[in-house]
Amino acid sequence: MSPSLILIQLLSGLAHAMVLFLIASGLSLIFGVTRIVNFAHGSFYMLAAYLTYTLTATLPLGVAAFYVAVPLAAASVGLAGLGVEVVLLRRVYRAPELYQLLLTFALVLVIADGVKFFWGSENLTGPAAPGLAGSVPVAGQLFPTYDLALIALGPLVAAALWWLFYRTRWGVLIRAATQDREMVAVLGVDQARLFTSVFVLGSFLAGLGGALQVPRQALTNVMDTSIITEAFVVVVVGGMGSVPGALLAAVVIGVIDAFGVLVLPRASLVMMFVVMAVILIVRPWGLLGRPPAQPRTAGGAIVTASALRVPRPWMAAVVALLIVVPPVLPTFHVWVLVEILAFALFAASLHLLMGTGGMVSFGHAASFGLGAYGAALCVTWAKAPMLVALAAAPLAAAVCAALYGYFCVRLSSIYFAMLTLAFAQIAFAIVHQWYDVTGGDNGLLGIWPAPWLAGPLAYYYLALASCGGGIALLALVERAPFGLTLRAARDHAPRAETVGINIRLHQWLAFIVAGFFGGLAGGTFVFLKGSVFPDYLAVPMSVEPLVMVLLGGVQALAGAPVGAAVYKLLDTVATRYTDYWQLVLGAILILLVLVFPRGILGVVGDRRRA
Amino acid sequence: MPEPLLRVRDVRKAFGGVRAVDGVSFDLARGEIRALIGPNGAGKSTFFNILAGQLRADGGAVAYRGEQILGLAPYVIWRRGVSRTFQITATFATLSALENVRVARLSHTGDSRMLRRPADGLEVERSLALLEQVGLADQAVRPAGVLAYGDLKKLELAIALANDPELLLLDEPTAGMAPAERGALMALTASIARERTLTVLFTEHDMDVVFAIAGRIMVLHQGRVIADGAPDEVRADPEVQAVYLGEEAWTT
Amino acid sequence: MMLELRQVHAYYGRSHVLYGVDLAAREGEVVSLLGRNGAGKTTTLKSIVGLVDVTGGEILYEGRSLRGLRTHEISRLGIGLVPEDRRIFGDLTVVENLRVGERPGGGWTVERVFGLFPKLRELGGQRGASLSGGEQQMLTIARTLMTNPRLLLLDEPSEGLAPVVVRALAENIAALKGSGLTILLSEQNVKFARRLADRAYIIEKGQIRFEGSFGHLDANESLRRAYLSV
Repeated sequence: MSPSLILIQLLSGLAHAMVLFLIASGLSLIFGVTRIVNFAHGSFYMLAAYLTYTLTATLPLGVAAFYVAVPLAAASVGLAGLGVEVVLLRRVYRAPELYQLLLTFALVLVIADGVKFFWGSENLTGPAAPGLAGSVPVAGQLFPTYDLALIALGPLVAAALWWLFYRTRWGVLIRAATQDREMVAVLGVDQARLFTSVFVLGSFLAGLGGALQVPRQALTNVMDTSIITEAFVVVVVGGMGSVPGALLAAVVIGVIDAFGVLVLPRASLVMMFVVMAVILIVRPWGLLGRPPAQPRTAGGAIVTASALRVPRPWMAAVVALLIVVPPVLPTFHVWVLVEILAFALFAASLHLLMGTGGMVSFGHAASFGLGAYGAALCVTWAKAPMLVALAAAPLAAAVCAALYGYFCVRLSSIYFAMLTLAFAQIAFAIVHQWYDVTGGDNGLLGIWPAPWLAGPLAYYYLALASCGGGIALLALVERAPFGLTLRAARDHAPRAETVGINIRLHQWLAFIVAGFFGGLAGGTFVFLKGSVFPDYLAVPMSVEPLVMVLLGGVQALAGAPVGAAVYKLLDTVATRYTDYWQLVLGAILILLVLVFPRGILGVVGDRRRA
Repeated sequence: MPEPLLRVRDVRKAFGGVRAVDGVSFDLARGEIRALIGPNGAGKSTFFNILAGQLRADGGAVAYRGEQILGLAPYVIWRRGVSRTFQITATFATLSALENVRVARLSHTGDSRMLRRPADGLEVERSLALLEQVGLADQAVRPAGVLAYGDLKKLELAIALANDPELLLLDEPTAGMAPAERGALMALTASIARERTLTVLFTEHDMDVVFAIAGRIMVLHQGRVIADGAPDEVRADPEVQAVYLGEEAWTT
Repeated sequence: MMLELRQVHAYYGRSHVLYGVDLAAREGEVVSLLGRNGAGKTTTLKSIVGLVDVTGGEILYEGRSLRGLRTHEISRLGIGLVPEDRRIFGDLTVVENLRVGERPGGGWTVERVFGLFPKLRELGGQRGASLSGGEQQMLTIARTLMTNPRLLLLDEPSEGLAPVVVRALAENIAALKGSGLTILLSEQNVKFARRLADRAYIIEKGQIRFEGSFGHLDANESLRRAYLSV
């Protein structure tokens, strides 16, 4: 590698780092003061990019249009942040962390479909920045002028933020509130207004990042999710709530990204997650973060009500229907039922983690996908018989879960979630880029069941046995002393430790069991579809079971299959009638969080009691 | 002289520049009920958290039945037979009172990782007996999250007794309770302790409670034991009076 | 009456701590609330500024009910709490700590505060976390003064301080008293309270058990023994 190439890569890494810093600093700031982990931050970024595109084209200002559009778009997004904070977030500041996450995630869905509605799903190429359009020679190579300008702008923005935080009273209040919100109120400061102002500033920064990105990349419908993952990595690596940490981490991640592409092109996707995983394992609070006051356990107070019991006759009736009805159903419906069964088990396995154990995983797709790939690889490379391959699915997933779960259960709530995400992304990147073995994004095809199981009914009953059986086993696990002990550790970790419970060991075992059944679900699913793709390990696949569990009701295992069924049916129906399924889902989620936080079973249970 | 159940030597713990526990040493004989008192910030809770494993000491030694326990994880210390309660009630809120005790019982019998049987049928009699003993049998099926505060304190005691401990550490067992209930709970605690020949070390603010049940009282001030003796001796100790009434600042 | 508590019941989390507290302070008066730890002193002070759940009774400030107001609103009415655990913003400098409470046009400025606590001027640029216990106590009082309170609630200011620091602190508080500030002083340290307060209440188990002069308290050994000493 020549020195000039190294310099060019370094510069392009820094340019990217500056955009990352803008976004991540806003995210970190919002978290630091309000304790809200704002998934919609990437959506604000995307929104500002599209607004800049439209404003530049429509403002009758000639070459100045772009330079007016950028601050205007950022300010509009700041204003949108104001609306979101006042109308939605204010209601959930005291709710469990998970509900806050879901609410902002719902916004992601709504905004994504909104952008699709107004700007379409075609990629758009933004305007170049007038005056900065070309390239300049740097050490004998050409480098985009605009990127140089960004590198210059970055320190200016950092300096402006520094001035704001360290030289204004507002900044003093923000820093004080990051440490002790209640004391700030005792000193006469209105927290509500402080929170709103922080959210507006954070959204503005996200918007600025998005607006400035327009000349650098095409506008796509997925730029929200790609930036939010990266921004989270930066925030977590830097330490949640630390703006200097965000700057440091943005530079580290930006530069690693740039060189990763050069040195290990096939591993470029995975590099930043490897970095995050290593940093979280070595420094669980990030580079410049500080440990929270609470004890360090993976669990958290998600479930605040006692367990719900679904009456036995109801269960028996459901099982009987599942056995008797399919032969009279049209084939298409039988296939839908198989898919529901697989997702019911998938969601149920997540329930063991997040419901019973209080550990919210953002990477449960790993178990599903590793199970699916485990089975598919057995078929493709070992020519294993179908039932052997199906049995290998849960084992493969459990072994992997044992490996990465060992590290995950050492971290507390949000860091736990981020590390599970990191491992899922690493797994995703491996199957995505290891073409020779996994087929990359072409996936593996022709993973069909044995001939005697290939018919819809035969396969349905196999799925009923594997997934229904899996759920029944999970029910046993949750009711056994092991499950009871997990619930105890979730409710009060220090108390559980002082009654002789080795919490980490229990959480690790739960992680492995959840991986096992997630893998079984993935194995069942792969033979239904006949193929496997890296998507099975991607972020949406981790989010779906989360939504299902909450939709059904997190207090009971039975909520998971109920949620899976309702979700999949809605999905099937809604996608038939509308292109805006995400909007519908987002609206449902908002309703769930604000109106029915206890899910379907919770609502039904309340009715019956009343 | 028989070997003490607990032998504490020169335990120290500092937070930044503040010496919260500054060289505490004492012996606790089997069957003793001793109170550890002192003004706010004296280091009582810090010391308790060190004994039970929640905090790591900077130095010193603690031998329980002749074995070192300082620095062990809380769950290991509990398994050795040292049980504790917390100042702010710590129970499993979504579990019923019976399940709260059951969790501890199952841990004691080594069955907390059992998978093959539902927990519902296990340790029923022993758990109910413990609830009975603290007077909570009629609340057995109610979730801890809805119990009255006084009942939570009783539940904590039942949980703490689940491993048939030899040493019971009670951190302000009556704090937050209605005054009228405090005496009754401590009388109950004392009678259970005598019945099981338990050794009890407790901190407490309520002096009525302290003098009613403690056989011996230790006074902690700025991380040091400044008095240790029979209740009447401690009461008559001029240094203790000075500390409690703040006279030391003006005596020099 | 500047401050009046009538039959206040309050909960700290789920635990019922105050069982009908009655207490009053006239303008310009320094009133001491004595009691052992756990008796309800901190909860009484926190109930005034809305930091704990008040479930019964009435809290009046210059005849106006404070119940239902939010903490920052109560602060703006002129009530300043100096918390027992000090709660200094450790990452902020001394001056920045002061500026959190700063309010224009009310009398207390950073300069005036430095006049009262000259030591803080020397420490101005240091991080709060690096201060000693006595310095933190000065800072927490100074910070609350910046909100221009007319009623100061001091929660065990002498706690954990060395005797020489306690004496210096007493002089500072005496100076505040001299400036006409009304002070409700919660203390375990009777000697400290006697130096400053005009009269005393004793709280025990969430109820007021004594109200009167220090002379009366001195004359009554059994009272001290029952509620204050061991």
